[in-house]
Amino acid sequence: MEVLFVALIGLFFTAAVYLMLSKFTIRILLGIVLLGNGVNLLLFTAGRITREVPPIIPADTSTLAAGAANPLPQALILTAIVISFSFFAFLLVLTWRAFEELGTDSTDEMRLAEPLDEPLPPMGY
Amino acid sequence: MASSFASIDLAAAMVTTAPALSDWLVILPTALMILTGATLMMIRKSVRLHAVIAITALALLVVLDALLLWQVSTRGPVSMTMGGWLPPFGISFTADIFGAVMALAAAIAALLAAIYSLRDIDASGLRHGFFAFLMLLMAGVSGAFLTGDIFNLYVWFEVLLISSFGLLILGSEPKQIEGALKYAILNLIGTTLFLITVGYLYAIFGTLNMADIARKAGSIRGMTEDAAPLMTLTALFVLAFCMKAAAFPVNFWLPASYHTPRITVSALFGGLLTKVGIYALIRVTIMLLPVEREALSLVIATSAVLTMILGALGALAQNDLRRMVGYVVIVGIGNMLAGVAIGSSVAVSGAILYALHSIVTMTALYLVLGEAGRLTGTFELSRLGGLWGRAPWFSAGSLALVLAASGLPPFSGLWPKIMLLKASLDIGAWWLAAAILVSAFLVTLALARVFLLAYWRPAPGGEGEAATATDWRTALPIGALATLVLVFGLYPEPLLALSQAAADGLADPSAYIRSVFPGGLVP
Repeated sequence: MEVLFVALIGLFFTAAVYLMLSKFTIRILLGIVLLGNGVNLLLFTAGRITREVPPIIPADTSTLAAGAANPLPQALILTAIVISFSFFAFLLVLTWRAFEELGTDSTDEMRLAEPLDEPLPPMGY
Repeated sequence: MASSFASIDLAAAMVTTAPALSDWLVILPTALMILTGATLMMIRKSVRLHAVIAITALALLVVLDALLLWQVSTRGPVSMTMGGWLPPFGISFTADIFGAVMALAAAIAALLAAIYSLRDIDASGLRHGFFAFLMLLMAGVSGAFLTGDIFNLYVWFEVLLISSFGLLILGSEPKQIEGALKYAILNLIGTTLFLITVGYLYAIFGTLNMADIARKAGSIRGMTEDAAPLMTLTALFVLAFCMKAAAFPVNFWLPASYHTPRITVSALFGGLLTKVGIYALIRVTIMLLPVEREALSLVIATSAVLTMILGALGALAQNDLRRMVGYVVIVGIGNMLAGVAIGSSVAVSGAILYALHSIVTMTALYLVLGEAGRLTGTFELSRLGGLWGRAPWFSAGSLALVLAASGLPPFSGLWPKIMLLKASLDIGAWWLAAAILVSAFLVTLALARVFLLAYWRPAPGGEGEAATATDWRTALPIGALATLVLVFGLYPEPLLALSQAAADGLADPSAYIRSVFPGGLVP
């Protein structure tokens, strides 16, 4: 089971890196979404994968049943999902504004803050 | 039902006694900033109140951090675990000298920058929540310095990142949106890398509490068959934190964005944010994974040299003052990385001292150049001039900060540079020492040229219409920061002792571990 998940995570990361290497902002954003989901799967796999034993202590005992699911990765993933979702929402709006203001979605043409023809500082007094 | 619960021994999992009153100090800085930030959002229409509330809260933050530092330096690390769960199950906040002194320096820089912002941030900036974002930024920064849990550290990174986005685009100029887009995407990838590493760390250690990791690292390293991939882990941590700290080759987001926002925001970013990355790097590589850091030291040192030299060359090539300071920030990061690469006691305390110096000086340098730009109406070196005649006192303060940033006596930049030089010569790394000296020389050239052109040279286009003179809102922060830089340059003993104690606490974390696990070092 773990091997399957690891292969899946590798696939997510590969696709994410490929998309993020693009110079168009929308593809970069899609890459970031894939990367975020890949990380969530990774956290899930890192914390032991088991089936159908909830991490709840029965009424008459004081310890967890053997092979119970690990609740911590789920808490971590929940945090990571909330953060990556809100960041993605912000980035989408930012990209849209950038497209409106700059008239391009190609990072090569975003040269307003770092102009190519900026003069050198004065060479003499 | 009640009787079946009564038989469970809660003391095995929960903290049953209330924490001592003084322990609350470790959580108060972060809590204060979050509460103030939330309050400012609730009263976002009454912008007149924002500045008063925010600056009072920041002054209180300085007091709290100073008390915390005093407490930590007299009685050892302080720890508090959330929710009453026994560590490592609850999230611990643990302050040692390193964390407390960084938090104090950051709070002072933020307070002075907030006073400067009274003049710099206009009504529209206030309406869009400048002070609310500033409070949340400081919540993230304080949380990152004081937390004792590595996943929690990731959360604080994200808190300060999302508030920095808000500050960066204040004003909504096309330039800012472009800078923010590059900053946001690259920093988000950096923190995602950090999260990936935290996932691996949890898979290897089964814990996220830093004190717990520190005490387990030895036994996990010792497992000979089925060796744990600690090298992979450390390499990923170094990459993720170098990206946050803006070390070469993952630093191109900094010169692309730091010159676009309002000058107060640039000052806060240049002073605080990269130093959080350095803090995390030192905390993880020096305290948690020292053996693996040793193996990677050549890689870190190479990155440090390239960061210093290329940053200094970048500073020399800039015509825009704000972009030039961005490169000066990067040179400082290279110096601190050199300390991490060497890893000896002198080197680490040198890096910590450099970080403290850099928080104060970089904030001040941005504020000074912002004021110079306001007085002359331009940030371009080719058009600046005549400041000496126009504002002599301001020019004197600027000279102090320019010399401090170059690392010249009698200002605070000298001492960390000397410590780092000594540490690199001690291990025979003459090339590292040479890089520190050459980059300091190039930065001196770049900054001295600013002083020559902007201050001494008569204004190229004649005296333009006189801008409004410096008043207390800008003079107080610049004067206070210049005084700090001078005082700690002339009388560095207290800071030297503090950074030495901080480095000792990192090299031997047993006191840190004891504050989280009072029972002892053995699990």
